[in-house]
Amino acid sequence: MEIPYTVKPRPDTGLYNAKLGIWLFLASEVMLFGGLFSSYILLRVGADLWPHGMLSIPIGTFNTFVLIASSVTVVMAWANLKLGNPGKFKFYMAITILCALGFLSVKSYEYYVKFTHYDVWFKDDATAEKYFKAAYGEKGPEEVRELFVDRFHLHNTNAKYDPAQIQLVGHIAGNPLCTNLKKLLAAKQETIKFTADPPKGSHEHPHEIEVKLSDVQRLSAYVPAHSTFFAIYFTITALHGLHVLGGALVLAYFLFTVDKWWKKAPEQFTNRIEVGGLFWHFVDLVWIFLFPIIYLL
Amino acid sequence: MQATTQTHSQEAHSHEHHHDPGFLRSYVFSSDHKVIGIQYGFTALAFLFFGFLLMMCMRWQIAKPGLPVPIVGPLLEHLLGDVAKGGVMSPDLYNAFGAMHGTIMVFLAVVPLAFAAFGNYVVPLQIGAVDMAFPRINMASYQCFAAGGVVMFVSFFIPGGAAAGGWTSYSPLATIIPTQGQTFWLIGMVLLITSSLLGAVNFIATVIQLRAPGMTWMRMPFFVWAQFVTAFILLLAFPPLEAAGILQLVDKVFGSSFFLPTGLIVSGKPLDVSGGGSPLLWQHLFWFLGHPEVYVLILPAMGVISEIIACNTRKPLWGYKSLVYSVLAVGFISFIVWAHHMYLTGMGTKISTFFQTTTMIISIPSVIILTCLFMSLWGGSIRFNTPMLFALAFLPMFGIGGLTGLPLGFNFSDLHLHDSYYVIAHFHYVVAPGTIFALFAGVYFWYPKMTGRYMNETLGKIHFWLSLAGMNLVFMPMFFQGLYGMSRRMSDGGATYALANPANEGIVTALTNTVIHLNVFITHAALLLLVAQIPFIINVFMSMFNGKPVESDNPWQATTLDWQTPTPPPHGNFTKEIVVYRGPYEYSVPGASSDFIPQNQPDAKPAK
Repeated sequence: MEIPYTVKPRPDTGLYNAKLGIWLFLASEVMLFGGLFSSYILLRVGADLWPHGMLSIPIGTFNTFVLIASSVTVVMAWANLKLGNPGKFKFYMAITILCALGFLSVKSYEYYVKFTHYDVWFKDDATAEKYFKAAYGEKGPEEVRELFVDRFHLHNTNAKYDPAQIQLVGHIAGNPLCTNLKKLLAAKQETIKFTADPPKGSHEHPHEIEVKLSDVQRLSAYVPAHSTFFAIYFTITALHGLHVLGGALVLAYFLFTVDKWWKKAPEQFTNRIEVGGLFWHFVDLVWIFLFPIIYLL
Repeated sequence: MQATTQTHSQEAHSHEHHHDPGFLRSYVFSSDHKVIGIQYGFTALAFLFFGFLLMMCMRWQIAKPGLPVPIVGPLLEHLLGDVAKGGVMSPDLYNAFGAMHGTIMVFLAVVPLAFAAFGNYVVPLQIGAVDMAFPRINMASYQCFAAGGVVMFVSFFIPGGAAAGGWTSYSPLATIIPTQGQTFWLIGMVLLITSSLLGAVNFIATVIQLRAPGMTWMRMPFFVWAQFVTAFILLLAFPPLEAAGILQLVDKVFGSSFFLPTGLIVSGKPLDVSGGGSPLLWQHLFWFLGHPEVYVLILPAMGVISEIIACNTRKPLWGYKSLVYSVLAVGFISFIVWAHHMYLTGMGTKISTFFQTTTMIISIPSVIILTCLFMSLWGGSIRFNTPMLFALAFLPMFGIGGLTGLPLGFNFSDLHLHDSYYVIAHFHYVVAPGTIFALFAGVYFWYPKMTGRYMNETLGKIHFWLSLAGMNLVFMPMFFQGLYGMSRRMSDGGATYALANPANEGIVTALTNTVIHLNVFITHAALLLLVAQIPFIINVFMSMFNGKPVESDNPWQATTLDWQTPTPPPHGNFTKEIVVYRGPYEYSVPGASSDFIPQNQPDAKPAK
């Protein structure tokens, strides 16, 4: 016996099974991302300091447009199937998948940039001051304070120099990925070569300095362990990225099997594209929420 | 989504060539809802027994702290090493067993049995569907569940043993325990949550889309309603726990600080983490699932009970509509009561008051359901067979469990009772002689449909009476221990605490000898409960081959569609077109020729 309403909608609900299924699945996804977004709110409200401007807004904006474009093209792909145009479907679906890959590539680049960018906390104020001066010259401590206030002032206008929070920001020579003090010490390293970030209002990097690891209290790349901001940033964007990847794989499967399916079961195939498209819109929508709260606010 | 759409291809495919699918496809990788239901059932029963054995070891340790566990002691030492040196449970092992007992019982035993096993087997039959809406997703759901079970089980044998932070896995404790048990727990939970998500989508879609012609909402058996609401709870309450699980996993694996506050000191040393996280966040996310989960445990049980009561009293359920509206109300309200588990976290009195209020409100529909079921007995010609005995025992047992929950829902009395044995007694009354009795009832009730043979009545009655005695002897004394202040997490059953705080006049928190000695009594009772399960285990396997064969496809003379199929139902369930003409419980209709009228019988009497 055959399961009814796999292709044609049930008259009293107006839905075929898979369409109801995907909406239910998306409801559950809303709760999943809802839980993560709520966590973000709770962590942020409870934080003493919350950074701003840690992520590149132009790159984020570009990625937002890429995803929105892919949402448009996935609808175009579906609409062309409805119109009986599998050729144009292929065109639009290919663009959709390219957009997805573009988004993921840009995201990977953003991750890479973070994984090689470091904050260094020193053991005591005097040591810290010494390194600040080495990096930025005599006005070093002020420069570092300015950078610090710049990072936190938006959300806490009273953000001031805080010895426990202040740090030197920059890159380690050789751009190691996601290393930390423990790993460096375990590798029997005693010093690192460090290039601090440009001072506020400038784009010129100061010259490289040498940092003794024995002076360092904590050293962290911009990874989840760095701070709750990066922890929630990486967790939500990675989960979102996995959704993009999964969606793209399924859409690619549709793209590569269209000829076979279009001959065999055109209506069913069109339904599958609709269901896939619904998921794709959801993934897009999550990003529409994610972009402002992580990049802009 | 991929799976959703592949379902179509699977069906299209399977209709092209109908050949004998072979053993693997029939029993292991089957997409038939009945086979999947039975797979869930056996796996869950195995875990139920395993979880019970964990508890037996713990009970021994509580009653006789420091003495080697009899019989299994050497085995524990052999398998687990130093944590069970000389066959004695160390406190660490006790903690691991405690955490895993809770996890296994809730997520691997009772929910899969109540929701997935009975739901899978019975719901499509009762609504007149040929299968679930997405059979392949259904199969994936079971496979995720099995994988989750394997991960949980394997975690006992990794270095350091299984998760030991309690089934609630509160951070920071769960995060900072240096072994990997918690990581396994989290991965296992993610798999189990995925499984229940797939199941929930499937159930809801099936009930909405695949009801047979004429099966209107108010003609659905109450069991289907209960499963329907349960599926919604699983669909919407589990994902926040998945979110929490992911966050804790990131904490554990990548060293972040979602749940680790600034300045955390462990074993006298500041922890090398960024800090800034919130332990309270974990509790909110956990209990956002945790409380609805209670209703996931109890609603299917109520559904089973109502089917059995209607059939065995030979009269309609009293207040069918009230039952339906109540179960819907419970479903909604269950989402806004979670923080009554958190009165002692210092979250604030205003919030406590809010959750205290909602908690009292949710007791109203629960009481309506129980009252309707009690009222249904009135004036019935009751058949006291084994399923009915379990169903009848469920009512007062769940009543005790529910009513003793009220003092926990009020925050002033919860201050004293929180985390004591009183809590243990309360929720075990709900789940053990409550839900598990309902599940036993369901097994005895639907067994003839699944196998074509009755289970043995004598063994069934021995199982029932011994279990009833055992359950009450185990859990009733715990109320008193809890009232005296015995904490639920002490691995020596409070012996050390009692020594350190001798019972003097005026000290109310001391544990007297009587209270401590109850530990031994309870352990003996638990042993009785273990013995009581032997007839059941024998019965399940023996009756498959030797049980009395059923006389007809409808051996209990029931009205619902699950009994209007061949026995056991074949692939596709029904041999004829099913059309529903009447409500689910038309028993003893005046003027009818028999005392039951099946839902698909057109013209036994003039239409209403």
